Amino acid sequence: MNTSSRLLANWIILGLTLTFLIGPFLIIILAGASDTSYLAFPPEGLTLRWYLKVFTVESFRASFLLSMALAIFGTLAALLLGVPAAYALNRYDLPGAETVRTIVAAPIIVPGIIVGLALLRYLVVPTGVTVTLALFMAHTALVLPYAVRVVSSSMHNLRADMEEAAVLLGCSRFQAFTKVVLPNIRGGVLAAFILGFVTSFNQVPVSLFLSGPGVRTLPIDMLAYMEITFDPSVAALSALLAFMSLAIVFVAERLLGFSRYV
Amino acid sequence: MSDSFVQLSDVTLMYGKSTAVPELNLSIREGELICLLGPSGCGKTTTMRAIAGLLNPASGSIHIDGRDVTRVPANKRGIGLVFQSYALFPHLNAFENVAFGLRLQKLPASEIKARTEEGLATVGLTGFETRKPAEMSGGQQQRLALARSLVMKPKVLLLDEPLSNLDARLRLEMRTELQRVQKETGVTMVFVTHDQAEALALADRIVLMQSGKIEQLGTPADLYARPETAFAADFMGFENIFRTEGGKVVTDHGALELGFVPQSPMLAWRPDGVTVGSGPHQGRVLATSFAGAHREYVLETALGPVKADADIALPEAAIGETLSFDLPEATARPLAA
Repeated sequence: MNTSSRLLANWIILGLTLTFLIGPFLIIILAGASDTSYLAFPPEGLTLRWYLKVFTVESFRASFLLSMALAIFGTLAALLLGVPAAYALNRYDLPGAETVRTIVAAPIIVPGIIVGLALLRYLVVPTGVTVTLALFMAHTALVLPYAVRVVSSSMHNLRADMEEAAVLLGCSRFQAFTKVVLPNIRGGVLAAFILGFVTSFNQVPVSLFLSGPGVRTLPIDMLAYMEITFDPSVAALSALLAFMSLAIVFVAERLLGFSRYV
Repeated sequence: MSDSFVQLSDVTLMYGKSTAVPELNLSIREGELICLLGPSGCGKTTTMRAIAGLLNPASGSIHIDGRDVTRVPANKRGIGLVFQSYALFPHLNAFENVAFGLRLQKLPASEIKARTEEGLATVGLTGFETRKPAEMSGGQQQRLALARSLVMKPKVLLLDEPLSNLDARLRLEMRTELQRVQKETGVTMVFVTHDQAEALALADRIVLMQSGKIEQLGTPADLYARPETAFAADFMGFENIFRTEGGKVVTDHGALELGFVPQSPMLAWRPDGVTVGSGPHQGRVLATSFAGAHREYVLETALGPVKADADIALPEAAIGETLSFDLPEATARPLAA
């Protein structure tokens, strides 16, 4: 193959990749702007009323807040568990460390629908914990693998003798962690937070089982809404959420070179 | 000046269930530059970590400046350690790396600034304050690590293989630098190395270690000229070491008659202590190489291979030729078993 035809092939592959990545996104943006009372693509006429309607649907507001709270606090809890776990797995030659790594990764490997069913059948039903608490625990567990993985990889290059150096300069072990380890894995922790936030926010299969009266995460609420009302506001909401995710990733990339950690 | 500024008494160091250093006794004088020398696994780094407080002795005691510090944690011992990897803090610039320990002591800002600047000046890094460690060369990082420890005014400064990560030219420069800093600050320095040339060049005294025990302790001149054991002799460049039996030296290979009767169970010769070109014994040349001031030969003899340096004035013998040689009494070093 000569240079110009290889270049052409590269552009075709790039074009197809972008089409499949961005295409669906464009479809929902436009479908949400369709001036029809049902979901239509290509849009028939353009309007912003469905985008505005999203903000007036009461249940969307409640479920958005629940999803936000789950994503923020679930991810924070996962980091609270995951950072020390990553630290211990990296620093100490623990017996069974490999097993722990595998178990920690389990929520990624096991299909969410099974996790959801299992939590409902063996946690919520027998113990009677509230659905909100079960959701919080489930989301923490789902995000934990990302927290451990991402923080581990940023801790991997951090030599243990740096902490010993800090101790010899007068730090306690804990100060050595806060003054030397944490600042050096800050980027990894933030990356884990963003990854965890997005994962939790977009979570469907587990949350599907853990819904109760008045307790629904946003994606579940959107599914329920669509079953009854098939108007373009769901597409509009999806587009808004996609923009939110994009904004988060964009800001993270600008602030700390997010892509280095993922 | 105290003769036992740092005193290790019957110190046993263990890693898990295995003993790395059994019942070590060592006195380090105030203000001296002492070197722990030995092959990897000899316990030199372990001993250094015990002095620093990074490893607790299983038994025995450690005194520093008259105070029992055996149970004092590392962050309260007032000891500096320059790590082999330098262990600089990558998120802080040069100034903040050096100021790190001073800030922990909650000193007034003006004093922190003055002492940090003084520390950077001592190692010739004035003007590098705002550089991150990653933006500095290996030699500069080493100096920075040195400054970071020195500003704490440690009672003892430990250095782990301080020159091993530098290239040959920088190594020479850092050697002189370390000696200058030590003279200027008067700090007691303990450094660990596996390189005998480095130890000989730098140290006031050398502690030669093997398998967790002190093999020999003495000045560089002492160790170089008068090793006491086969291990020490081997480490100091006595490449021909043989057992003695009556008036003979023997190996598993065979025996040679000496011109004298040795009084020690072993004898050792440096290659330049072996006479080549004359003498009662014959050796076939196995290998030869030119080394500037002399020519190095490996001779196949009744004892097996013997390493010998010949005067460059002598005609070169090719591989396979036979040379006469002697193991003279004058250059023989008697060794304990």
